[in-house]
Amino acid sequence: MTMQSVELASEAGKVIRSDLAADAPLALRGMTVSYGQKPAVFSVDATFPSAAMSAIVGPNGAGKSTLLKAALGIVPRLSGQVTVFGAPLAEMRRRIAYVPQRASVDWDFPTRVRDVVAMGLYRELGLLGLMRPRHRAQVQVCLERVGMADFADRQIGQLSGGQQQRVFLARALAQGADLYLLDEPFAGVDAATEKAIIDVLKALKAEGRAVVCVHHDLATVAEYFDHVLLINVRKVAEGPVARVFNGANLQATYGGRLATAHIDQLKLPVA
Amino acid sequence: MPATFLLALTLNAGYNAALVAVGAALLGIAAGSAGAFLFLRKRALVSDAVAHATLPGIGIAFIVMVLLGGDGRNLFGLMVGSAVSAGLGLLLVDWISRRTRLAEDAAIGAVLSVFFGFGIVLLTVIQTMSRGQQAGLESFLLGSTAGMLMQDAVVVAAGGALAVAAVVLLRRPMTLVAFDPDFALASGIPVRRVDLAMMGLVMGVTVIGLKLVGLILIVAMLIIPAVTARFWTDRTDRVVLAAGALGGVAAYVGAALSASAPNLPTGPIIVVVAFAAFLVSLLFAPGRGVLASALRRRRFKLRVHRRQGLLALAHGEPILDQLTLAVLRREGLIREDGVATEEGRALAAKALRDERRWQVARTIYQDEAISGRYDVLTAIETVLTRDQIAAIDARIGGPALVAGGA
Repeated sequence: MTMQSVELASEAGKVIRSDLAADAPLALRGMTVSYGQKPAVFSVDATFPSAAMSAIVGPNGAGKSTLLKAALGIVPRLSGQVTVFGAPLAEMRRRIAYVPQRASVDWDFPTRVRDVVAMGLYRELGLLGLMRPRHRAQVQVCLERVGMADFADRQIGQLSGGQQQRVFLARALAQGADLYLLDEPFAGVDAATEKAIIDVLKALKAEGRAVVCVHHDLATVAEYFDHVLLINVRKVAEGPVARVFNGANLQATYGGRLATAHIDQLKLPVA
Repeated sequence: MPATFLLALTLNAGYNAALVAVGAALLGIAAGSAGAFLFLRKRALVSDAVAHATLPGIGIAFIVMVLLGGDGRNLFGLMVGSAVSAGLGLLLVDWISRRTRLAEDAAIGAVLSVFFGFGIVLLTVIQTMSRGQQAGLESFLLGSTAGMLMQDAVVVAAGGALAVAAVVLLRRPMTLVAFDPDFALASGIPVRRVDLAMMGLVMGVTVIGLKLVGLILIVAMLIIPAVTARFWTDRTDRVVLAAGALGGVAAYVGAALSASAPNLPTGPIIVVVAFAAFLVSLLFAPGRGVLASALRRRRFKLRVHRRQGLLALAHGEPILDQLTLAVLRREGLIREDGVATEEGRALAAKALRDERRWQVARTIYQDEAISGRYDVLTAIETVLTRDQIAAIDARIGGPALVAGGA
C-alpha cells in the first residue's frame, strides 16, 4: 500500500468504521484476482453501503469488472474474502441481482424480451415451478419500470443497445434483490436509456437497497453516485464521492492517462 | 417398396420393424431435444467427441464379457462399456480445455481421433480372436436394426424416455446457462454441474442410439433437428420442442423407410430424412430462410434506390445509377429520357420534406424509440402521429401539405 492510500484510509477512518458494521451489503477484504501470472486486482478492500449508489471507477484494464465478477464468484479469486450482508456469499445469493455487460451474451439467441426477464424469477420458480399469472404480472411490472413493456414479445436481437441494457436491468429487478451489482450499465446507451436506468437505480436506493456500478464516465460520477471506489489494480481511494472524488485521487488512479485539463473540466475540488 | 413403406409407417410391416420404428422415434425425440440445448450452448462439436469416444469402450466391454465367459454381444454390457469410455473422453476434453492453453475445439479434435483410432485397433484385435468372427461390432459404426431383440428395443425406449424426462427437469437451468452463464452463476446456479449434466445427457443419448444409428451418425440426430428448428422460431422452448418433434418424426420415417427394403441401413436413412427437413427449412423458412433473406435484401435494395433517386430528383442532381433509373422508370416517376414526370416531382418533393421533418423530429424527440427509427427509409408517418407531424411542419414553415404527399 502506498503512503497516500494509508493516509486516506486513516483520514476516512470514521466513515469506514461505521461501514464496517457487520451487515454491510457488500464487503471485500484483500481481494486479489489474476489472469495468468499478472494480478488484475491486487489486495483490494472495499465496503459498499446500503441505501446508496456506489461506483467502481478506474481506467481501462484497472480490474473494475474483474473485481465485480470476483465478488460474485464468476472469476476465481486468488485470495480475499467476500461478505454479503454480513454472511458468506454462498448463503446470500438470493439477495443479489447482477447485470452483466451487454456484450457478454449472444443477442441472436432464440428468446424473447419477456423470457429474458422471466429468467430473473428462476430462484423463485426452481426447476419445475409453473409460471403463474402473478409471475407473468411480475415480469410485466419489471418491463414497465424500465419502459420496455411494448417490446415484451420481440426477439432480443431486434432491440437497440440501450433497449437491451434495459431488458437486462428488468431481469435484475425480477430477482427482487437487496444488492444490485451492475457492470457498465451506461456503456454505449442513448441518453433516454441512461435517464431511465438512473431513475430506476435511484428508486432502488430510495427503497434502502444497495446499488454498485462499474462506471467509466467520470463526468457523471458526482451527479449519480454517493460512494466511490477508485481502483487501478490496487485501491487508490474509497469513500463518499464528495470527499474522495477529487483531482489528486483521480490523478493517482489514472496517472498520465488523464490530462490535468480533463480533471479541470470536471470542476472538482482540488485536494 | 412404396407399399412396404406404408405398411412400415403404420407399424404393420412385422413385429421387428414396428419395434425398431417405435424405438427410433423415442430416440429421435430424446436426441433432438437434448441436442437443442447443446446447440444453444454452442458446444455442438462436443457430441462428436462423445460419440467417437464410445468405440474403445465397446471393444473393451466385448473382450471383458467374452473373457468372463458371457455373450460378448450383450447390448446392455456394450452400452455400459461405451458410456464409461465416452465419459472418460468427455472428462479429458474438459480437463484439456481448462488446464492447458488449448481451446475446446483442439481438445475435441485430439480426443475424438485418438479414442476412435484406439477403438478401431481394438475391433481389429477382436476380429482375430477366435470368437470374434461373428462379433459384428462394426455395426456400431453406422447402426443396424438387423437382429434387434425385444430387450434391445426396451433398453432404447426406456433410455429415450429417461433422457426426455431429464430434459424436462433441467430445461430452465440449461436455458439460463446457455444464454448467460455469468448471470446463471450469479443467480446461484451451479453452472459447471449443469454443463456436466448436459454432457451426461448427450452421452446417454449417444449410448442408447449406438445400436440403431451408430456412433458416426448419432451426431446428426443431436444437431440437425436443433438447427432445423432454429429456422422457424425465435423462442427457446419452441426450438427445443420442435427439435424433439423433428427428431422423432425423422427417426420414425427413416426407420420405416429402411424397413421397406432389404439392406437399407437405418442410421443413414434417418439422417437423410432429417437432412431433407433441414434443407427445406434452410431454403424456405420465413424470416431466417435463404430465400426469405434474399427477397428481403432485394426489396431493401430497390427501396434504397427509389429513395436515392427521389432525393436526387428533388435536389436536381443527375442520376447515373442504372438500377435507380430502372426503378424510377418502372414506377413512371421519370420519362424514358430521365426527366421527372409530374408524379415523380411530387414524390421527390415529399421525400425532401420528410427528410427535413426527420431532422426536426430528431432534435425534438430524445427518446431513441422515435429518433432511433430514422434510417432514411422509414416513413415518418409510421412513427409520429398526424398532430406531431403538423407541429414539426409548423416549425419548418412553408406549406403544410406538399402536393401528392401525406
